[in-house]
Amino acid sequence: MTKQTVKIEHNRDTPHSANMRTTAPFSAKFNISFIQFLDPEARVVRPLPGFASQPEKLIELYSAMLKTRLFDTKAISLQRRGQLGTYASSMGQEAIGTAAGSAMQPEDVLVPAYREYAAQFLRGVRMQDILLYWGGNETGMNFAAAKHDFPICIPIASQIPQAVGVAYAMQYRKEKRVTLCILGDGATSKGDFYEAINAAGIWNLPLVFLINNNQWAISLPRTAQSHAETLAQKAIAAGIEGQQVDGNDVIAVRYCVQKALDKARRGKGSTLIEALTYRLCDHTTADDASRYRGNDEIEEHWRYEPLIRLRKYLEQNKCWTEADEKTLVKTIGAEVENAVKDYLATPTQPTTSMFDYLYETLPDALSSQRESVKRRIP
Amino acid sequence: MSAVSMVEAVNMGLGYELGADPSVVVLGEDVGVNGGVFRATAGLQEKFGSTRVLDTPLSETLIAGMSVGMAAENLKPVAEIQFLGFVYSTIYQLLNHAARLRNRTRGRLSCPMVLRAPYGGGIHAPEHHSESTEAIFAHIPGIRVVIPSSPSRAYGLLLASIRDPDPVVFLEPKRIYRLMKQEIDDSGEALPLDTCFVLRDGSDVTLVSWGAMMHETEAAAEHLQTQGISAEVIDVATIKPLDMTTILDSVEKTGRCVIIHEAARTCGVGAEIAAQLAESGLMSLLAPIERVTGYDTIMPLFQLENEYMPSAERIVAAASRSMDN
Repeated sequence: MTKQTVKIEHNRDTPHSANMRTTAPFSAKFNISFIQFLDPEARVVRPLPGFASQPEKLIELYSAMLKTRLFDTKAISLQRRGQLGTYASSMGQEAIGTAAGSAMQPEDVLVPAYREYAAQFLRGVRMQDILLYWGGNETGMNFAAAKHDFPICIPIASQIPQAVGVAYAMQYRKEKRVTLCILGDGATSKGDFYEAINAAGIWNLPLVFLINNNQWAISLPRTAQSHAETLAQKAIAAGIEGQQVDGNDVIAVRYCVQKALDKARRGKGSTLIEALTYRLCDHTTADDASRYRGNDEIEEHWRYEPLIRLRKYLEQNKCWTEADEKTLVKTIGAEVENAVKDYLATPTQPTTSMFDYLYETLPDALSSQRESVKRRIP
Repeated sequence: MSAVSMVEAVNMGLGYELGADPSVVVLGEDVGVNGGVFRATAGLQEKFGSTRVLDTPLSETLIAGMSVGMAAENLKPVAEIQFLGFVYSTIYQLLNHAARLRNRTRGRLSCPMVLRAPYGGGIHAPEHHSESTEAIFAHIPGIRVVIPSSPSRAYGLLLASIRDPDPVVFLEPKRIYRLMKQEIDDSGEALPLDTCFVLRDGSDVTLVSWGAMMHETEAAAEHLQTQGISAEVIDVATIKPLDMTTILDSVEKTGRCVIIHEAARTCGVGAEIAAQLAESGLMSLLAPIERVTGYDTIMPLFQLENEYMPSAERIVAAASRSMDN
């Protein structure tokens, strides 16, 4: 695929009015590049980036994806047994979070939607935190590590303008930190998204937008979400770089995210990355995807999912064996079980906790309500 | 000390806090070079630079959302929405995020942001520029809603709002932006939030209001005085959370209460005050609570706006009805 060729001249030192073009004809051409290193058969289709030459680095990525997969499977079964509330799985999309979490620096800020467990785990969020959240307990969003990361964001696209503010604060203080915002394909239809990418362009912010395009926004397929050929090209309208990447090729996503983060850190502005993947799960455990998509489609996409691809590549290069796989599954399985135990053993918050984090100091007007709760539940 | 109007007091407060606290950032549409459509931010960009007094694109959702992000990253954003009629897309951010960031992260992140907006009728503005919808914000748990009614309270309450560790919606009654001037010492002294101000002591009837309506309310109190009726006048100032103690104390003394607001009647903040009076002050009441409010209609275009808004006459009539009991 071809590289992006659009080049629009800007001179930030001249007054805005000097950049106005009201009479001369103006035309712009652009292409959106698509990056892939491993095809679905795990064949190398272009020279691999440096980090991919280290097997231990690739095994790290594989482990992170597997951990997320096993966690997801467990969380769904907990929900089915009535031990967890509604849960949004990231099945099939593990490469995106894994690449993001692995490419970020600890001091960066992750502003996620709600299918980014892989990234969150790599940034120190514990599996029991995520279970607590979906299990109905706010303490799950009080990350002990990842202190500056944003909590899970359910109202679609509302996290994107927030990421602009986080990036603005970083730039304002002249820090070498970057904000990474993850969103879904559905979010790109919302005004919040357009307002945010537009601002990121205007202010040249250290901000990377990463779209998890899993092809489905609950029941609406990608083709009904936008008539645009790619979601990445929406970046062009905002004056920022846009590109597509194979979201099931963790090496490719890791490469693109790293490049975009480095660029942002150097003060070279924002990038929009569209990672193409597929939602192998229902929207959430409360959804029944068989109402709107066929099994054939899902079965076909199991062929492209990210774990099989990297495992195949590692096996072909004699870096991974069946025994390694078994050991890893066992180790992670035990980790997941421990997290579940910890989650189930965490006591419910006291009823008064509803009041205790509402304001820094509870206003007098609310103290009688809090007292009434205390009286009711000694 | 200099005599300033309310909009100048807002400007003075913003300037003081920008100078005192490097984490304060003013942002909004036309707030920079233009100094705001009402000139509330006039001269601030010149003084503090374009990164601290930031002209944003025409994006209210962005303004609110980025303020949440800035606040979580330890800045103190003071955002301006040009008119309250354009604020509604920000409610998505205020309700879902700003108001609950502290709670949903169990105190790990917080949201010390201020969202300022001019509101209310009476300046012959176009459609969508004159509504009083403060009750919408007062219904949101986790935020404060503050409304000044004079230059000195605008200065002191704005400083308190910017310094507050939680989100504040700061609504400026634009009809009185230039109505009167007061001497203000630009000393950076804040006024307390969450508390009513008793503007006039009285013994026969309590008049409770906020914002621009304080002026009609005080005029009504003057008029009642000539009829031998002593009215106590309370400026609620922070309508969320509500300082009912001051109102209840006053009604205990007077036995009568008239609540005045420009906003529509149903589910207005007056309804909440009346309900709490009924719950906690019923035995003090010598007469039914009276409400003098805007009607439950669409705010009319400006030819009829003065008919919509409560007048001193309507307030006097309500107080007199109350005295007849």
